Amino acid sequence: MAVEARGVGLAGRAGRIGTSAARIDGLPKALGSFAYGSDLWEEGMLYGATVRSPHPSARIRSIDVAPALALPGVRRVLTAADLPARRRYGLEYEDQPVLAEGIVRYAGEPVAVLAADDPEQARAAVAAVRVEYEPLPAVTDMEAALRPDAPAVTEVGNVMRHVRIVHGDPDARADVWVEGYYEVGMQDQAPLGPEAGLAIPAPDGGVDLHVSTQWLHSDRRQIAPCVGLPEEKVRLHCAGVGGAFGAREDVSMHIHACLLALSLGRPVKMVYGREESFFGHVHRHPARIWARTGARRDGTLVSARVRLLLESGAYTSSSSVVLANACTFAAGPYEVPNALIEGTSVYTNNPPTGAMRGFGSVQVCFAHEAQMDKLAAALGMDPLELRLRNAVHTGSVLPTGQTIRGSAPGREVLERCAALPMPPDIPPTDRDRLTLPGGAGNVGRGEHIRRGVGLAFGYKNVAYSYGFDDSCEAAVRLERGIDGPVATIHTAAIEVGQGLHTVLAQIARTELGVDEVVVEQPDTEIGSGGSTSASRQTVMAGGAVATACATVRERLLARVVEALGPDAARGPLRLEDGRVFDGDVPLGGIDHFLDTPVEAREVFHHRPTTPLDERGQGENPHVMFIFGAMRAVVEVDEELGLARVVQLAGVQDVGKALNPRGVEGQIEGGAAQGLGLALLEEIQLRDGRIANASFTDYLLPTILDMPPVVSAVVEDPEPGVPYGAKGVGEGSTIVATAAIAAALRDATGRELNRVPVTPDELAGLAPARTSGGPAPIPDVPGPRAVLDYR
Amino acid sequence: MLVRLNVNGGWREAEVWPGASLLSMLRDDLGLWGTKNACEQGECGSCSVWLDGELVCSCLVLAAQADGRHVETIESLSHDGVLHPVQEAFLEAGAVQCGFCTPGFEVAVADLLRRDPHPSEETVREALSGNLCRCTGYEKILDAVRLAADRMDQVTP
Repeated sequence: MAVEARGVGLAGRAGRIGTSAARIDGLPKALGSFAYGSDLWEEGMLYGATVRSPHPSARIRSIDVAPALALPGVRRVLTAADLPARRRYGLEYEDQPVLAEGIVRYAGEPVAVLAADDPEQARAAVAAVRVEYEPLPAVTDMEAALRPDAPAVTEVGNVMRHVRIVHGDPDARADVWVEGYYEVGMQDQAPLGPEAGLAIPAPDGGVDLHVSTQWLHSDRRQIAPCVGLPEEKVRLHCAGVGGAFGAREDVSMHIHACLLALSLGRPVKMVYGREESFFGHVHRHPARIWARTGARRDGTLVSARVRLLLESGAYTSSSSVVLANACTFAAGPYEVPNALIEGTSVYTNNPPTGAMRGFGSVQVCFAHEAQMDKLAAALGMDPLELRLRNAVHTGSVLPTGQTIRGSAPGREVLERCAALPMPPDIPPTDRDRLTLPGGAGNVGRGEHIRRGVGLAFGYKNVAYSYGFDDSCEAAVRLERGIDGPVATIHTAAIEVGQGLHTVLAQIARTELGVDEVVVEQPDTEIGSGGSTSASRQTVMAGGAVATACATVRERLLARVVEALGPDAARGPLRLEDGRVFDGDVPLGGIDHFLDTPVEAREVFHHRPTTPLDERGQGENPHVMFIFGAMRAVVEVDEELGLARVVQLAGVQDVGKALNPRGVEGQIEGGAAQGLGLALLEEIQLRDGRIANASFTDYLLPTILDMPPVVSAVVEDPEPGVPYGAKGVGEGSTIVATAAIAAALRDATGRELNRVPVTPDELAGLAPARTSGGPAPIPDVPGPRAVLDYR
Repeated sequence: MLVRLNVNGGWREAEVWPGASLLSMLRDDLGLWGTKNACEQGECGSCSVWLDGELVCSCLVLAAQADGRHVETIESLSHDGVLHPVQEAFLEAGAVQCGFCTPGFEVAVADLLRRDPHPSEETVREALSGNLCRCTGYEKILDAVRLAADRMDQVTP
């Protein structure tokens, strides 16, 4: 069945750009027939499972696999001693062991993998592998990890990277200063679809891996050396992806399944259960942020001094870039002429962290927006007015020295947000109890309710930055179909649920004037699509498909001219409604000119970017920016310490909405994840161990937690990209947490400097978080990743 | 052990281990992949099915408990590719993103509208509070429920 997913294209017939075209994958998803990674099946397949360390830091004294191998149905157990080739992998640095070698650095680290005839046998075998550990001291606090006497988590110490941004005169004098300390807990992406894939050994000695992922080519680059094969013999095929949000940017079961399949010569499927999923992917970086913001009496910002720590956990993943993002956006989307921003990502024996929607911007937005509200209060200014006065615009210079050259309609985003309708304020006694804080649990009666309103404004880069060229390749074929011309799109760009493939089809319909478009399943038979992350695929895959379509159109029109003679065409030739037009005169169906298909393959690159220098400055660190604003209305029952969000009103800067309903879906879904971080979602760590690795204990927002979301978009086209469209995936996630926290402060008058906010904090039973002062600056040179110095 | 169920109108049987859930029997033994496995502890509703007409999380029911009983899955909602009004409404309202929660939600919504053709917003929220969606923020799912209720109302006044 799996392999029903192989090479299958999904077809759609209607909707150009700018329309809310139906999802190209909608029908199979609604029917329940869409094949996700966990639905794959192949004749004779075995089931893989992973033995994981229960200790956050330990030496492995011995591993005895014999008791597991003695169990019925168990075919193979692999440990580090069995690895055939490279032993470490990683997204940015190869620092993560495929299987632990002598040392484990976090609780949940893979120590052995095995395959059995059925999942129950595999589970029993995991319990039967005997691993003798010698526990070692664990570093489970990021500030403790920076102390000179802290045990070293990695061979290079505990500092992953330090970034320093110095802009203007950081000692500039201001009339008013406000200070704050902020903490962000560890959030999980929690896509509903578990990590899953099926590795099938191929007759040529290679392997085909069908897997739910965000970036096939990055996976392959990491898998191939570890299984000892050249990249061309490791063929990846995207299985249906049940949400991602950053969790699938790293390799999970990929290498393990390929190793087992290759060593056994049989297909091996691996699917993580929910508990294992919490150990099997990286999480959002916990943050500690110390901020000092200075302004003139009239509200004009003068200086931002920020020091921040991000916890990388035991391995690097994308921590170095998340840190760079957190630092470059730490002062917020405001003109700040003077800034000193110092950030450090720190290794600990907690689970590794990496990409999650918002990628460093979420954490700093929580801090810079709290600072703006403090400043507004200190100045006696309206918080909206203060933000409007300082918001960046095209031509503004950012703390990195970068001048914004593209679209930056921040002020319009803020103004539109403030103008969205407020929710009705119905007395608690006149309402359904479900609408009260605590009402769903039948504990709230609405006697002690206070309403609060908060606003947040944030921004983020689209696509990859700091000199990285994250291109995307697309192949487009136009041919004669049964009912007319059909365009087929092939890229390696992954649809994770956000609607990318529908948008690609809309682009092809627009560019080629056809109705029917097939989007093939992504695989590594074509060049990299780059990651489905950083809100980049509308720009990058969209750009590649638009460019390839333009080449197809050019080639087709050349055929038309050839067929009709050079003098036949009087006006500009164009394609529309399945026909070729000469100006307004139809020349005939596109079909007519498709005796053989017309094909084109193009690679799209965004404008080049530049790295940060040793002072954190750069000509062009980021390609382009998206801006988001959100207003939250909350109600808090102070006796119960319970809150309910009444409404979220969000506005996002999207360049152009290629599929307006899809954009709304991104704004609403992103807002829900921000609400989760504000009030519910945190991985609870106890001495390095995850204490809530289940949906019973890790609380995702339900339909009872989510309020109505009203939203609007600002369409200010970005120059130099197709249709002026920017990305849309991250804007609302960045601002929702900060907006809700601000509203909770407004309702309670409390400081609430940590998210997720707890009932004790809302009820005044737990004080605000304090810190002895900014963490020390590590003794490392410059802004580059420490590992670069090896 | 041998378990025999009536699934979507036909009797099916499979040899399962005594601890097997109804979910695992449907997926792994009967090839009905539309019922999804997201949490396997009754928190997310992705595996919602009807057992003798009652909405259950199939991960919390032993296959053995379902022996001799009637099970209806997401595959029973559509007939020969003709969508149930709830499925149509999910597509039209934009309630489908990654789609992993979609079958469970559609079963739960169809169940709600069978019992209460005109649910208030609070009723809908309460009825669907056992189904998690990580993508949509639920706004479009609520739209889909309203749309489906209106449509079904017109069909059967």
